[in-house]
Amino acid sequence: MNKKINNSFSDDQLLKFYEKMFLIRKFEEKAAQLYGAGKIGGFCHLYIGQEAVVIGILSSINSEDTVITAYRDHGHILARGVDPKSVMSELTGRSDGISKGKGGSMHMFSKANRFYGGHGIVGAQVPLGVGIGFAHKYRNEKKISRVYLGDGAMSNGQVFEAFNLASLWELPVLFIIENNKYGMGTSIGRSAAGNELFERATVFGIKGEKVDGMNFFTVSDAAIRARDYINNNSKPYIIEMDTYRFRGHSMSDPGLYRTKDEVNKMKEIDPVLMMKETLLKEYKFKEDTIKDIESDIKKQIKDVEKFSLDSPLPDIKELFTEVYL
Amino acid sequence: MKILLPALSPTMETGNLVKWLVKEGDDVLSGDILAEIETDKATMELESPDDGKIEKILVKEGSENISVNTEIALLSVEGEEIEEKIEKPIESSPPVIANGTDTKIKENNISMGSLLKEQSDSLETKDWSEKEITMREALNQAIEEEMILDKDVFLLGEEVAEYDGAYKVTQGLLDKFGSKRVLDTPISEHGFTGLAIGAAMSGLKPICEFMTFNFSMQAIDQIVNSAAKSLYMSGGEINVPIVFRGPNGAAARVGAQHSQCFISWFSHIPGLLVVAPSNARDAKGLLKSSIRNPNPVVFLEHELLYKEKTNVPEENDFLIPIGKANLIKEGSDVTIIGFSMSVQRILNTLPSIEKLGIKPDIIDLRSIKPLDEDLIYKSVKKTNRVVIVEDGWGNTSFGSHLSYLIQSNCFDYLDSEIIKVSGKDVPMPYAENLEKLALPNTDEIISAVKKVSYTN
Repeated sequence: MNKKINNSFSDDQLLKFYEKMFLIRKFEEKAAQLYGAGKIGGFCHLYIGQEAVVIGILSSINSEDTVITAYRDHGHILARGVDPKSVMSELTGRSDGISKGKGGSMHMFSKANRFYGGHGIVGAQVPLGVGIGFAHKYRNEKKISRVYLGDGAMSNGQVFEAFNLASLWELPVLFIIENNKYGMGTSIGRSAAGNELFERATVFGIKGEKVDGMNFFTVSDAAIRARDYINNNSKPYIIEMDTYRFRGHSMSDPGLYRTKDEVNKMKEIDPVLMMKETLLKEYKFKEDTIKDIESDIKKQIKDVEKFSLDSPLPDIKELFTEVYL
Repeated sequence: MKILLPALSPTMETGNLVKWLVKEGDDVLSGDILAEIETDKATMELESPDDGKIEKILVKEGSENISVNTEIALLSVEGEEIEEKIEKPIESSPPVIANGTDTKIKENNISMGSLLKEQSDSLETKDWSEKEITMREALNQAIEEEMILDKDVFLLGEEVAEYDGAYKVTQGLLDKFGSKRVLDTPISEHGFTGLAIGAAMSGLKPICEFMTFNFSMQAIDQIVNSAAKSLYMSGGEINVPIVFRGPNGAAARVGAQHSQCFISWFSHIPGLLVVAPSNARDAKGLLKSSIRNPNPVVFLEHELLYKEKTNVPEENDFLIPIGKANLIKEGSDVTIIGFSMSVQRILNTLPSIEKLGIKPDIIDLRSIKPLDEDLIYKSVKKTNRVVIVEDGWGNTSFGSHLSYLIQSNCFDYLDSEIIKVSGKDVPMPYAENLEKLALPNTDEIISAVKKVSYTN
């Protein structure tokens, strides 16, 4: 259970955040199932275990703010409010997919929802996200570019070039490291020298901190603090989220690089279950209220599954469209 | 709910059920490990798809070569009807294709073709007020005019602002537009190229200068994977209106790492437009078109051409369409094709060729992608002979592709083999004599023309 933190969220908002976390969990479980049934192909990186990060950050986002991330992006695009049907149809490679079935699990975008992908090359989204922040500043928009990256990307050269540029040009960018402890099968202990990952940005003059990424409330607290810092100082900020993925790197990962004990221990602080417990015990929500939300989501996921399997394959002419505008 | 043997890798077709970790009657939570499955790659854990009770185990542990999607257990889930447990959760009929079943694909219907049709070259022949200026000045004018017209256009790169440009192309622009729109970057190509592409994704129109294109290799991933592919992989959602520009090709005596042509690299990539002007007039008109284009454009200049002068229109609306080649000399006997610096090399041979009594068509491609195939084929069908001159290495080069296109589109019209005069397949040497030998030279071009004309 998470400790109650003083915050100004209404009951409705808190329930909405839980609903979104639960939606991501159930969506990803369904994706795993559909992958197993051969309905989703290629790479499929699940977000299970990290839901508190994206929803905690969501609690600080203005609808005009922009978001960009790497390839583990299902949770991020759902959090941004894109219809789960069009996300799942993208995973099944159908014409109703958000990228018309031409992008796949790793390449989903929505300008209307200020979501800029969905990028498959580790680290590449970081300079891109800094460029989105550059555009915000260039146009005098009061927006923040939120840039997600993994612990693996924190050893990628262009990320440091991006930190330097963001700080040098004082761009409104929030870097969010989702440190789930493993870059594919290599633990951070075997890939990253030095101390905390976020400290690698502080040498560029970027302020930052490390927070418990398994707890919606601590994430939300830090996210709001970061937002206010960026708005007040017109400078970038970095948060390192201490988090964990319960599933493999992708669907074909046998997980030989970590012990079952380790995974089970982390499951004891499952961010979705902890959020639920906190809402019940600390915030005194009724069991039925939560149950109703959960059964609505379960029903919705069934519709999503059906929709994503009924949607037709893309028209053959789509092969040659949208190469150029 | 039926639990089926899942595909646990993209290539798995069957699996072995090594061990059950639950027994009938056990309560399980979503994500609990139910069994160990051996796949073609490794031993994997099968997780419970939902909360519920294991009602029946249908496949014993130790079973081998079980097909993917075989029912291996039944899970009763709260709220699910009994019928649903038996019903297959996944539809089994193959998905249909949107809008009918036409399986014929025409390769020429890439939307790029429309670029050629939409643009008119009538602007080129308008009665412009013209002035003789260098290519350097022409490029500078193009950037200035477009920055005045569109406040979303900005310029970034190494030494473009306070230093006035390493090759003085951006001279004076900082004073005119200020440091918000003319930005000196750190020596950080991967980072600032990514930044520029990100800005373009959000609707700005960056001009991203590489001091020379040799340094674009530091940023090649961002150009290929982010700039070129985003429109397609977003289903048309995100376009990237950016110009990458700077000098390309061999300058003079700067050695192997600073002397190379990247035309073949960039023209290989779907999603990029590639432009390489040979003179000041084209440089201005094409750069203006490139800045206005909604796609990523790789604009390849040449250091040795920066000082060359031609008459250049001074008006704002002077544009040369991307994708239009220029027949700069009309003849009848042989088609000689070049672009950028190689056009100069071809023109240098013209007196000698004419002395042989041979009248060539000389084509300056100007745009490599899209390519003005109509103009090329029309000329080849008239002359029946082709020489291609390119500064870059000949191995898997753009010139190789061009000769493939010509032979496949003009096969019956060719009276000779196509000859390609390319850079030699060596890193660029420093010594003056060796450098000269490494690049296409006058003698090679003349002997190629003679050979395709069967002339001694």
